[in-house]
Amino acid sequence: MDIFLQQILNGLVLGSIYALIALGYTMVYGIMGLINFAHGEVVMFGAMVTITVVTTLMNAGVGLPGPMLVLIGLLVAIPACMLLGYTIERVAYRPLRNAPKLAPLITAIGLSIVLQQVAILIWGRNYIPFPAILDHETIEIFGATITKLQLGIVALCLLLMVGLLVVVEKTKLGRAMRATSQNPAVASLMGVNVNTIISATFVMGSALGAIAGVMVATNYDQAHYYMGFMIGLKAFTAAVLGGIGNLGGAVAGGILLGIIESLGAGYIGDLTGGFLGSHYQDIFAFAVLIVVLIFRPSGLLGEKMADRA
Amino acid sequence: MSEVLLKIEGINKRFGGLHALSNVSLHINKGEIYGLIGPNGAGKTTMFNVLTGLYTPDEGSFTFDGNDLFRAPPHVVVKSGIARTFQNIRLFHEMTALENVMVGRHIRSKANALGAVLRNKATRDEEAAIEAKAWELLRYVGIEDVAYERAKNLSYGHQRRLEIARALATEPKLLALDEPAAGMNPSETESLKALMEKIRDGGVTVLLIEHDVKLMMGLCDRIAVLDYGKKIAEGVPEVVRKDPKVIEAYLGVAHE
Amino acid sequence: MTMDTNKKLAVFIASAIVLAVLPFVVGNTLGNSWVRTIDFALLYVMLALGLNIVVGFAGLLDLGFIAFYAVGAYTFALLGSPHFDIHLPFYISIPLGAGLAAMFGLLLGTPVLKLKGDYLAIVTLGFGEIIRIFMNNLNAPVNITNGPQGINLIDPIQIGGLSLGKAVEVFGFTLNPVHLYYYVFLFLTVMVVIMVYRLQHSRIGRAWVAMREDSIAAAAMGLNIRNIKLLAFALGALSGGVAGGLFSTFQGFISPESFGLLESIMILAMVVLGGMGHIPGVILGAVVLTIAPEILRDVIGPLQMKAFGKMLVDPENARMLLFGAAMVIMMLVRPEGMWPSKRRAAEFKDAKKG
Repeated sequence: MDIFLQQILNGLVLGSIYALIALGYTMVYGIMGLINFAHGEVVMFGAMVTITVVTTLMNAGVGLPGPMLVLIGLLVAIPACMLLGYTIERVAYRPLRNAPKLAPLITAIGLSIVLQQVAILIWGRNYIPFPAILDHETIEIFGATITKLQLGIVALCLLLMVGLLVVVEKTKLGRAMRATSQNPAVASLMGVNVNTIISATFVMGSALGAIAGVMVATNYDQAHYYMGFMIGLKAFTAAVLGGIGNLGGAVAGGILLGIIESLGAGYIGDLTGGFLGSHYQDIFAFAVLIVVLIFRPSGLLGEKMADRA
Repeated sequence: MSEVLLKIEGINKRFGGLHALSNVSLHINKGEIYGLIGPNGAGKTTMFNVLTGLYTPDEGSFTFDGNDLFRAPPHVVVKSGIARTFQNIRLFHEMTALENVMVGRHIRSKANALGAVLRNKATRDEEAAIEAKAWELLRYVGIEDVAYERAKNLSYGHQRRLEIARALATEPKLLALDEPAAGMNPSETESLKALMEKIRDGGVTVLLIEHDVKLMMGLCDRIAVLDYGKKIAEGVPEVVRKDPKVIEAYLGVAHE
Repeated sequence: MTMDTNKKLAVFIASAIVLAVLPFVVGNTLGNSWVRTIDFALLYVMLALGLNIVVGFAGLLDLGFIAFYAVGAYTFALLGSPHFDIHLPFYISIPLGAGLAAMFGLLLGTPVLKLKGDYLAIVTLGFGEIIRIFMNNLNAPVNITNGPQGINLIDPIQIGGLSLGKAVEVFGFTLNPVHLYYYVFLFLTVMVVIMVYRLQHSRIGRAWVAMREDSIAAAAMGLNIRNIKLLAFALGALSGGVAGGLFSTFQGFISPESFGLLESIMILAMVVLGGMGHIPGVILGAVVLTIAPEILRDVIGPLQMKAFGKMLVDPENARMLLFGAAMVIMMLVRPEGMWPSKRRAAEFKDAKKG
């Protein structure tokens, strides 16, 4: 029983990070109908920049407590990633807005490769450890353990998601975003500057991605130039699972996927009589993705949009 | 003389809460031009899509030339002899006019992948026959001089004719035309009318949806009138024209 | 535009001669490692032409194509290596691998029939990754694929008594394995070119284009969309499977590392940057994207040493950077590819206007 609970908790932590990244995918998809393949790399840059800032500060002998250092790192990483997200849209997507669908997908993949290579240039090919400045103190809940840090991650994720929902539902910017996602042509006739809205979407998604990147890095104690690929793919799966284009769906999908993956990895050995082990963890995301797209392409919370799929 | 070609009974089609077709029954006789009219939103296009296999009806029966086509997929419907055109012309735009018609020959030819790769005599002969037939049809509808033009570069009237040629290439027993005269000027409409009569006289039954009631009255052998998803009248034009229900549907409370 | 028959014949003979002597000219001037690169270029031509059936002809975006290459490669390796100590001849294991790959093509194609565009891309990507994860992990509890270590000592092709794995003397010429494989690959590449060319100009090729342009109109013309899509997946996978088997025996060693996402992207890039749907364009794309990185490898290092006196960017890094940048720039500047068919060029032109 406590293994079950433990896996649920692990899944919850993982899942809230997926959810945060999934929001970036789903916002862009909702507005432009394209998969921002390079979003995973934004997440990676968020992690890398934060680690660099933290390490530099430590080496400079700045004697601040760990969480403060991370916060400063984030304050650098978030604008950096926002700028990156903005640039990605301007360079790779805006010129191709009317092109056949394949073109932006290819530029996105190309950009992804470029960003990974730039990361190698700056940070090298090896895993970069996250400095051991954060408390990994654990608490016990019904026989399962979770670190305070992980609790913090979940809490912050929830806070950010609620914040985003408020922005989208209650502000003028959010209204313009929703209008653009429903019909860009009409929105622009109504005086919405579609270009600005699209830029804003990328920038907001990138800010969330940067934070998520730091969470991934603290959770696994390391970062790597290739980390964006797998996490991005899983977050995308989460977005699809929840119903792409739907913010609540991205959150639900992220958490659900985290839990599925975690439980799957915990029990796959028992389920297959030991034939498949926990290193098959990664196939769950893909299997979920394929099953969802086949049986319910609109996702769990998505509207019916088979034609767009 | 009136042998039944197509017969539907009790067809129902719902989209969510919308009852687009309710309990519609009708039959089309061999060799006639059959018209389907009705105000906007009456269910004409839905009916048309049901008859050509694009929509699957919820209930009812659908037989065509002795085959049960209820809920049959489009390729089966076409194979049994119903071909259609689209209201908003759907050609293969980047293909030439000739190639468009050749695609229409697909179901009446059979070279498989192996045959295509080996390009044996049977395949070569078939390919030549496809091309010859396509030329013949382009001539039939009168656009052979634009055979090598890309479909999207053709004039509107030519595109309409090309779509008809492509549909005829499937060797239909019933040719279903969705508002073929839409957007045409009177002289184009007149020559289209002549083409439809030529097609009928060539032995192909024609089903027609049209807004232009005047055209329909002069062209169709029989007409059915749909209103709010129900058939309110059916018969020869002279009778339908005088039917009070039809007059009310058209002149009474506007539905638009 | 049509060349007269004499001119055609002349071009044909000239290219035949060039292709026949190419490995010797290259081998004697640039060295045998370049002949090896040309061999790989031929493999990639086969792969790219296979993917082109799916992406270029049928318009189905496949990001997991490498999985079929892997299936062909592993089939050959498992049936021709000390791993299981089975040594089937190539003329059995290559068709077997191709057939198996085609079956995997159907396996992938069936569930994704209704998906379009980006969604299809992501699902096929996932499929490719699943295959790779299995290859990586199917070494326990029963050792099938030998896991990340891969399979070694794969049999060379044996034709009669001749092993392509050893050098042979013919009339005083030394034919190295890279030369011998060149001719085998060339023969099969020509076969694949003929296959895809004939498919393109058949009722099946027309059906693919029709479906790509407007699947509803295509269905209304009686085309069985399901079968047409599956056929594209199966035939594409078949070519991938053949190339995989050849790769396996040529290389003598395979491991899951060779079948990652990046390889799928590379092949897609060959198709797209070359000129989707256009056979000469795709061939050009495959050749350029195989040869260019090798040239860069030889150039980037020395150039940096000359300019800066040290290595700033390691060649592998620079190569990938350029590759990624080329994909982006190409899409922005010339989305129809280096050598598009007239039809595609027109499509892109319209899209730009619209």
